[in-house]
Amino acid sequence: MNAANESTTAADGDQVPMRAEWGTVLISSMLVMFLLLAVVSKTEAATLGSGDLALVVERANGSVQIVETTGNSALTRVEGLGDLSHASAVFSRDQRYAFVFGRDGGLSKVDMLEGQLVARVMQSGNSIGGAISQDGRLVAVSNYEPGGVKVFRTDDLTLVADIPALYGAGQHSKVIGLVDAPGRRFVFSLWDAGEIWIADFSAGDQPVISKFEDIGRNPYDALITPDGRYYIAGLFGEDGLALLDLWHPEQGVRRILPHYGKGEEKLPVYKMPHLEGWAVAGNLAFVPAVGRHEVLVIDMLTWQEAGRIAVKGQPVFVMGRPDGRQVWVNFAVPDNDSVQVIDAESLKIVNTLQPGKGVLHMEFEPRGEEVWVSVRDQDELHVYDTASFERRATLPAQKPSGIFMTARASRIGL
Amino acid sequence: MIRWLAPVIISLLGVAVAHAATPSPQRQAELRHLLIQDCGSCHGLTLKGGLGPALTPPALAGKPPEFLQLTILHGRPGTAMPPWRGLLSEDDSRWLADRLLAGETQP
Ligand code: HEC
Repeated sequence: MNAANESTTAADGDQVPMRAEWGTVLISSMLVMFLLLAVVSKTEAATLGSGDLALVVERANGSVQIVETTGNSALTRVEGLGDLSHASAVFSRDQRYAFVFGRDGGLSKVDMLEGQLVARVMQSGNSIGGAISQDGRLVAVSNYEPGGVKVFRTDDLTLVADIPALYGAGQHSKVIGLVDAPGRRFVFSLWDAGEIWIADFSAGDQPVISKFEDIGRNPYDALITPDGRYYIAGLFGEDGLALLDLWHPEQGVRRILPHYGKGEEKLPVYKMPHLEGWAVAGNLAFVPAVGRHEVLVIDMLTWQEAGRIAVKGQPVFVMGRPDGRQVWVNFAVPDNDSVQVIDAESLKIVNTLQPGKGVLHMEFEPRGEEVWVSVRDQDELHVYDTASFERRATLPAQKPSGIFMTARASRIGL
Repeated sequence: MIRWLAPVIISLLGVAVAHAATPSPQRQAELRHLLIQDCGSCHGLTLKGGLGPALTPPALAGKPPEFLQLTILHGRPGTAMPPWRGLLSEDDSRWLADRLLAGETQP
């Protein structure tokens, strides 16, 4: 009995340490695994750069894809960003975080390296675009509903300033064409009011606002030249563009290329064109005509028209290759299956590509050897060689629209 | 012959005016796509408004379908609403106006 008891006890006694041992082994091996994982992800985070990454807006599902442009491959998808029709993005100066402006008024901060949504605020009912300040500390969002600009801290997205776009008898105007400018300024245009405003944050987080009235009817978008000096708003309600010299705002806004439509009746504009700082090549700026199937060329030394190029349809994006030698153009429906390439020297069309229905956006790699094109209706991203025009890669994406490369982080106005 | 044809043609025209023909299922799919993607570029993908106003049933309440159809076909001169008659037929535009009023706009 005793022996039996002893053996039972011994057995019991044995079993306890045995379980403990297994437990220790299990726990310690799990610990090792966790540590390994932590080390691996730490090392990845430490060794992976973000300079060759891009964010692709997938407008169907409120997601973005993060892709890399060295091997042209998809890395990950980030979900939960809300209604992303017409969404755009800017980047933190370290190129790690993207700030995505959604149509539903959501402002989302995405970690490009970890592939995670790190912060999100609903800042208005309906927004259109945004900009990041020169020092990278402020992110501004332009809104349709209620019209105005809201400015947030980039670190935690807390509200810093609220600038309602009030005009006339207290109406709100939709705001478009918001860009950053040197001197910790934001510049934007009021669609309904026909005004350009500068919000100057150089003295701190309370902006000083300067307003320029009567700049023309219905400014629809604007660009700032890559040096940050000239702000140019395109006009929808009349022919011409509005030009503001940010070195000399006291000189006011002047009209350039008035009457480019020569009084002829406009063709229907099925999609609002866009203006971007990319469209500057040397002394020339290339901008879409409104209601004419033409790209207008502006000589930036004289601010006179330097030519116009007949294209396939109503241009939407007119983008200069970073070296300025080529200009790529996409179109509104029904010509949104095509892309045309203009030689910036001869001002002639040198190629017409047909990526497929729903070409919504194009973005050059930082030095321009390849260009990414989103083809919405085919659920594809295409990467083209800009010298041979051959397609180098095709990636699946869900109703892709805007493509934004992190290299934008170091460019004024983008 | 001509005497016999005339009433037929007139009655055919009458039919076309009285009831817009429903677009084929394939055309309906194209129109739904157009409504979300292309009208959506101004009115918002969910048609809750953008540069153009909201096109939801509450926003359009009380507006006759013929009026919306005319807006779609001929646009609103002096505003950003373009005339779609180059791309859409009378039947297409009436069908779209009816979908908007009924709120049946998702694919
Ligand atoms: C380029 C921008 C743009 C596009 C694209 C566009 N619209 Fe519009 N739409 C507008 C604007 C702006 C108005 C408001 C016009 C006004 O001020 O009266 C409007 C008004 C309307 C109205 C009248 C609403 C009301 O309350 O009276 C209807 C209906 C309409 N659009 C339908 C459509 C449909 C259908 C499509 C696609 C086939 C479309 N729109 C595409 C800009 C656009």
